[in-house]
Amino acid sequence: MTDNNTTPQPVLRLNGITKTFPGVRALSEVDLALYPGEVTALIGENGAGKSTLVKILTGIHQPDAGQIIVDETPTTLADASAATRAGITAIHQETVLFDDLSVAENIYLGHAPRGRFGLLDWARMEEDAREILKRIGAAINPRLPLRDLGIASKHLVAIARALSVQARVVVMDEPTAALSQAEIEELYTLIDRLKAEGKAILFISHKFDEVFRIAERYTVFRDGQMVDAGMISDVTEDQLVEKMVGRAMSAIFPVRHATPGETVLEVRDYSHPTEFADISFDLRRGEILGFYGLVGAGRSEIMQSLFGVTKPSHGEARLNGRALSIRTPADAIAEGIVYVPEDRGKQGAITAMPIFQNVTLPSLSRTSNKGFIRMAQEFDLARHYTERLDLRASALDQTVGNLSGGNQQKVVIAKWLATRPEVIILDEPTKGIDVGSKAAVHDFMAELAAEGLCVIMVSSEIPEILGMSDRVIVMREGRIVSQHPRDGLSPEILVREAAGYGATAQKESAA
Amino acid sequence: MSLAPPTPTHAPPAGRKLPNRLNGRSARVLKSWEVLLAVIAVAIFFANTWASPYFLDPWNLSDATFNFTEKAMIAFAMALLIISGEIDLSVAGIIALASTAMGWAVQYGAGTGELVAIGVGVGAICGAFNGVLVTRFGLPSIVVTIGTMSLFRGISYIVLGDQAFNGYPESFAFFGRGYVFWVISFELVLFAVFALIYALVLHGTNFGRHIYAIGNNPTAATFSGIRVERVKMALFLLTGLMSGIAAVCLTARLGSTRPSIAFGWELEIVTMVVLGGVSILGGAGSILGVVIAALIMGMVTFGLGLLNVPGIVMSIFIGGLLIGVIALPRMVQLLRKGRLT
Amino acid sequence: MIISFLKSREAILLGALIALILLVESRFSGFAMPRNLAAVFNDTSILIILALGQTLVILTRCIDLSLASNLALTGMVTAMLNAAMPGLPIVALLAVAVALGLIMGAFNGLLVWKLNIPPIVVTLGTLTIYRGIIFLVSGGSWVNSHEMSAAYKALPRAQMLGLPVLSWIAIVVIAGFAIGVNRTALGRAFYAVGGNPGAAVYTGIDVGRTRFSAFVIAGGLAGLCGYLWVSRYAVAYTDVAGGFELDIVAACVIGGISIAGGSGTVLGAVLGALFLGVIKNALPVAGISPFWQMAISGAAIIIAVAFNARKPPSRIILKHAEARS
Repeated sequence: MTDNNTTPQPVLRLNGITKTFPGVRALSEVDLALYPGEVTALIGENGAGKSTLVKILTGIHQPDAGQIIVDETPTTLADASAATRAGITAIHQETVLFDDLSVAENIYLGHAPRGRFGLLDWARMEEDAREILKRIGAAINPRLPLRDLGIASKHLVAIARALSVQARVVVMDEPTAALSQAEIEELYTLIDRLKAEGKAILFISHKFDEVFRIAERYTVFRDGQMVDAGMISDVTEDQLVEKMVGRAMSAIFPVRHATPGETVLEVRDYSHPTEFADISFDLRRGEILGFYGLVGAGRSEIMQSLFGVTKPSHGEARLNGRALSIRTPADAIAEGIVYVPEDRGKQGAITAMPIFQNVTLPSLSRTSNKGFIRMAQEFDLARHYTERLDLRASALDQTVGNLSGGNQQKVVIAKWLATRPEVIILDEPTKGIDVGSKAAVHDFMAELAAEGLCVIMVSSEIPEILGMSDRVIVMREGRIVSQHPRDGLSPEILVREAAGYGATAQKESAA
Repeated sequence: MSLAPPTPTHAPPAGRKLPNRLNGRSARVLKSWEVLLAVIAVAIFFANTWASPYFLDPWNLSDATFNFTEKAMIAFAMALLIISGEIDLSVAGIIALASTAMGWAVQYGAGTGELVAIGVGVGAICGAFNGVLVTRFGLPSIVVTIGTMSLFRGISYIVLGDQAFNGYPESFAFFGRGYVFWVISFELVLFAVFALIYALVLHGTNFGRHIYAIGNNPTAATFSGIRVERVKMALFLLTGLMSGIAAVCLTARLGSTRPSIAFGWELEIVTMVVLGGVSILGGAGSILGVVIAALIMGMVTFGLGLLNVPGIVMSIFIGGLLIGVIALPRMVQLLRKGRLT
Repeated sequence: MIISFLKSREAILLGALIALILLVESRFSGFAMPRNLAAVFNDTSILIILALGQTLVILTRCIDLSLASNLALTGMVTAMLNAAMPGLPIVALLAVAVALGLIMGAFNGLLVWKLNIPPIVVTLGTLTIYRGIIFLVSGGSWVNSHEMSAAYKALPRAQMLGLPVLSWIAIVVIAGFAIGVNRTALGRAFYAVGGNPGAAVYTGIDVGRTRFSAFVIAGGLAGLCGYLWVSRYAVAYTDVAGGFELDIVAACVIGGISIAGGSGTVLGAVLGALFLGVIKNALPVAGISPFWQMAISGAAIIIAVAFNARKPPSRIILKHAEARS
């Protein structure tokens, strides 16, 4: 597709990179080439292997097979400093920063300027940090401890850190996820400048408007394999989506004929000092209510507050017309409200414990007699719900940590269904799981709603929001921006409202 | 501790139910930490028998049990606490304070019943104090209990200085020196009863399951509706209570109270728990393991004592055992990995 | 700069320390005299040095409970060497002490680094092992003052520019730490490893190796203190500095070194040790029984840790909330 006469040599090339983790083949013979002065967009669903690729490029993981070629020289990236020496730097998706250290040190840790006797030169470090922050348009005092910063500011520090290294390759893993539109515009200007300086950029994003705006090339990953690569000018958005998902969009989601019933949950004026404000919405029987927003918009925080993890400062929630007073998750479970958290490893599953013990944990009172465990009943309860979710495992006493991400998620969902809830809140229910499990979870959600369960689904994936929800609430910076019925809702509306674009910005990106 | 088998993630044949367990009971038992410990215990038993003709004497063996009964009682509660992800280093300080309180009460003519109530009560109050500091104020237990360790024993020093309390009633001595039947001492019976109760609570109740869940992942436990703080509070209280009971036994056995009573026991008790296979990081362990570890430590102390080896040298053995039993399997694993790659 | 210092916990601790000294001064005039304060500092020197070593270990989210045993063993070895070979120069003995300490620290560090055994388990084990070895090498006997050479006992007491050498050694160690912790890559790595081990990997820091370094440095300092302790008190026996490992941790905790790792300062550790030192020296002059010392330092630990407790940061999402903070 590319003409070798007009393109320069790639700065970085990956040949046949393979990486396996216990139970998962994360990357399988993947190729990639990055060219100086060009942006290559890496496109793929969650779990397609993008993060693993970033970790290989930055020396955190080493590939099982394949070559990394920098400037025509095969190179081994043994650790993070080797990657830095090879001229590769990255803005990571999760903030890999230090709360107790200052902004300046977070930017320069590992490559701080040295003064006399090889000692660290704090004055110069702070001066340089101020300079870099100014370059990316961030007004942050470099001496502040990082913990005093909000999510967006922390993200800007992460960007500054990546730029503080003299690099030829810049990897950006969803760099705009937590940024406001003005900050995103600053980032675009910066990317243009980096391109002019001849740097090769790998840009990972879910947002197609961004990809079409700034990228010259694209590479599509699906299930750990590279399925396509080429010039952005040769494809349309629909073609990219189809390549990414592997089938046409309309075919993915279960067909639902929902007729939501009476209002079950009413939330009024829910507010929190730092996390969210003035949240009001209704949830009806048999309904799937989607919550869309950018990462860090405050959606999970509202749900965790409804579930009793954090306390709202004021506002009320009513279930079937009765005011709720939920102070702990135990209260919420007793009321029939359950929450399937986004962070499966930390909040959802207890990975070192067996499947059946995970499933019965919140329902132990039903499988025990006067506080004494009855193992046979435990196994029966666990089997009932895991089989309903089509769990793939070899036995019920297998530890959850040995299952694939999708099957771990099934265990967590089974755990919550076993409590026989009335309202189930699913936070990013298909994040990081394979396509097969994804479809199973979606089918299952539709089934639950049809049975009369009320479902709230927090998701950052537009296809999932549009494919599954009856109604959609869009959030930005801790507040509800709008509520829409599914019919007539388009990806453009969601993106614009979630990011807070002005009308002009929208026109530009559409043009 | 057993290594998980490689996990096939393929679907079971249609229509077949998910089996409860992957391996049979015997396979699971054979791979357990407790079996390794039991083998070590038996080896030490035979080594002792071989080394000293006095070892197998029933009265000698009976005397030897006092080496571990009091510590083991506390170790049971400590095991639960450590499995839940916390620790209490103030247990020996609690013994000192509880014993001092009993000695003080004796000066005012307290009888045996009142003494026991005071000892156990003071222990429970101290445990509750630790629990409140850790659960209500969210402080790290390792630091809090280093503080209360000094505080509790420090109060004993303020009360007693270089003096001692004596004059405990004769009937009180039964708790430390009494025999229930032949060579079976009251303390040994208490030890066995507590071992059974704690094993039942930890392995057979919802409360025990909650302890494991909290130790493995406190956040997920909270999200599963477990009242984490309440469980931890109960465990600190329980550890204090057991320290109070141990204080009654020890004071009765010694017949006097000095502020240095049970000095250094906290580290021995933690060693006993960890040697018993309880993960210091929380989330795993069994009461059976702690029981065997207590027997091992008791036998080593006794056996080497018969050979006139001083106590300090025995501690080398215990310390080496503590590191060795954890380090050896990991070293083997490391070497094997090194050969494969 | 001055304002931000005034708000720090070190400033509060310094204030508490000064208040404590003035309180004692009000009951026993002369306590706050420079000469007496210098004596208190000298008396606390060993605790300061050990607390600084422990600080590094705690910064990396570990703990070393074997420091007092390490000290006692190296102290005994130097005393026995001195008794056996009085001609051996003190410099050689110092080298032996530090080397022995380093080896013991390295043993702890290797078990933590290579075998991934929790530090509290490792050092709980070596705490008893190192102390047991003292008995093995000494056979349980003491090395008394008259068996030690004059030069052996003289070094820590020798006066230099108005202060004993012991104090000067502590001052040099403090200065070395102030520079090493704040202005070298390794120094900052201790903070990174304890603050966020996962993220440290992304900055090219080897978490295991950094923890190993902390144990080695702490061990070396404990070895140095072994000689200083035994020569200062002019006696070596198996139970030297028994239970001192917890005093060291106490000094760190009072000094605001977070047991969760990644947070704490050199100044804090020094002030924490001095706080305990002032209490220890003030009780006799204030006419309070020395038996109060243990309870007071216990209460000080609890108050300090309660004071330094930090609530987990709440997520800041609302714009006005970020602007306010």
